[in-house]
Amino acid sequence: MEIFVQQLINGLTLGSIYGLIAIGYTMVFGIIGMVNFAHGDVFMVSAFIALICFLLLTTVIGITSIFLALAIVLVVAMFFTSLVNWAIERVAYRPLRGSFRLAPMISAIGMSIFLANFVQVTQGPRNKPVPPMITDVIVLMDSGSYQVTLAWKQVIIMVATAVLLAGFWYLVQKTSLGRAQRACEQDRKMAALLGINVDHTISLTFVIGAALAAVAGVMYLMYYGVANFADGFVPGVKAFTAAVLGGIGSLPGAVLGGLLIGLIETFWSAYFSIEYKDVAAFSILAITLIFMPQGLLGRPEVEKV
Amino acid sequence: MSDTLTAAPPAVGAPVRTDAPMLSVRGVKTFYGNIMALKGVDVDVYKGEIVTLIGSNGAGKSTLMMTIFGQPRPREGSIVYEGRDITKVPTHEIAQLKIAQSPEGRRIFPRMTVFENLQMGASVDGFSHFDEDLLKVFTLFPRLKERINQRGGTLSGGEQQMLAIGRALMSRPRLLMLDEPSLGLAPLIVRQIFDAIRELNRTEGLTVFLVEQNAFHALKLAHRGYVLVNGLVTLSGEGRELLERPEVRAAYLEGGAH
Repeated sequence: MEIFVQQLINGLTLGSIYGLIAIGYTMVFGIIGMVNFAHGDVFMVSAFIALICFLLLTTVIGITSIFLALAIVLVVAMFFTSLVNWAIERVAYRPLRGSFRLAPMISAIGMSIFLANFVQVTQGPRNKPVPPMITDVIVLMDSGSYQVTLAWKQVIIMVATAVLLAGFWYLVQKTSLGRAQRACEQDRKMAALLGINVDHTISLTFVIGAALAAVAGVMYLMYYGVANFADGFVPGVKAFTAAVLGGIGSLPGAVLGGLLIGLIETFWSAYFSIEYKDVAAFSILAITLIFMPQGLLGRPEVEKV
Repeated sequence: MSDTLTAAPPAVGAPVRTDAPMLSVRGVKTFYGNIMALKGVDVDVYKGEIVTLIGSNGAGKSTLMMTIFGQPRPREGSIVYEGRDITKVPTHEIAQLKIAQSPEGRRIFPRMTVFENLQMGASVDGFSHFDEDLLKVFTLFPRLKERINQRGGTLSGGEQQMLAIGRALMSRPRLLMLDEPSLGLAPLIVRQIFDAIRELNRTEGLTVFLVEQNAFHALKLAHRGYVLVNGLVTLSGEGRELLERPEVRAAYLEGGAH
């Protein structure tokens, strides 16, 4: 029981991070029908932006309040990551719009390789650590031999995810920006006929996706304490899996998928073998897609009237 | 057989024109790949007029509507609106000039509610008259009010048509372009929609450019009409006059539409 609760906490933490990244995949797919393979690397870049910013703040400027430092890091990382993703869209995807379907996807793979290599060259191939932060834990259960703990870091990750998702949900559902975004997703040509600047809206989608990936990046750095140039790949693929599992194009689906992948992976590692955790996650994906090809919350493909 | 009647004296209600047209389409050629869909079309719409473009399926009517919005762009020719050449202006900027279109196939946003679809229509106008315009649309189409929180994709064809027109009106257009507003609607609702168009034109001086297969209703409603055949305007003239033309009767009225 104790182990179960502990794994549940760990799984939800990991799943939150996957969910935040998955939204970027699902939104971009929703609006331009493209799998943005570079998104995982954008997440990795955000972790490095966070790392550099954190070290600058704590060592050069000398901010001692860890929470203040983290808050600044979060804002800076969100800003610069959005800028990076905005630039990527302008340079690598927009010129290929209207080209054949695979062209932007190939360009995205190229961008993914470029980002990973750029970071490897400029930051070095080794793990870059930050000093451990916020190490306090809350002991939830204690059976003598096993303590169930909830780290403050985990609380921050889950709360930040929940708050940002709520804010993001509000943005997409209730503001005119979000409405324009959904309109472009459903019928780009019609949105243009109604005076919506489609190119701007697509840029906005990349910016929002990157901002959420940056939150994930900051959380990841805080949780694991290291950043590595190769960290974009596996979390990226997992988050993409989460988006597909939840139903690509569906925002709640991306979050649900992220949480599920996080939980599956964590429970599998705890009860079975840690070596096969990825196999377990991807197998569940394969099985789900056999029986529900549209994903858990995806819409069936028959809606065209 | 390019026979024009533009010299004929205008009937009562049709304004005499010495001013420049509000919308002027000149020699427009539009291609889909290598296929020429419009082969040099000239159409004028003056302020305060209802102008209709009739023609059979595949004549290029909807292509002209979309070409005016730059989707696709004409390969040759020019489109001038209120004295400004809009041939190369981006689509969303054309919409911002207060031209609204209820397009072919209605193109309702299927996963947005009726209310959100109407909000989308108002985005060009900056929501400054939203409540007032909403009320007007609901007076015109009370059915939409009943369906306000329903998703666009779940509406019936007729309701979608009303929503498409309502959405276009929400932008407070100076020129309203309607592509087959009668398509798939019960005769009673068709009459209701045509009455609404006439009413908007009379009371507010709204300029309307109407594409129709339902030639009888359209020509009765319109001040002037154009007949489009295979991407070319073959006839043009005052609405009621076109209605009397034997070629129009034979092709579009008798046997076809009632």
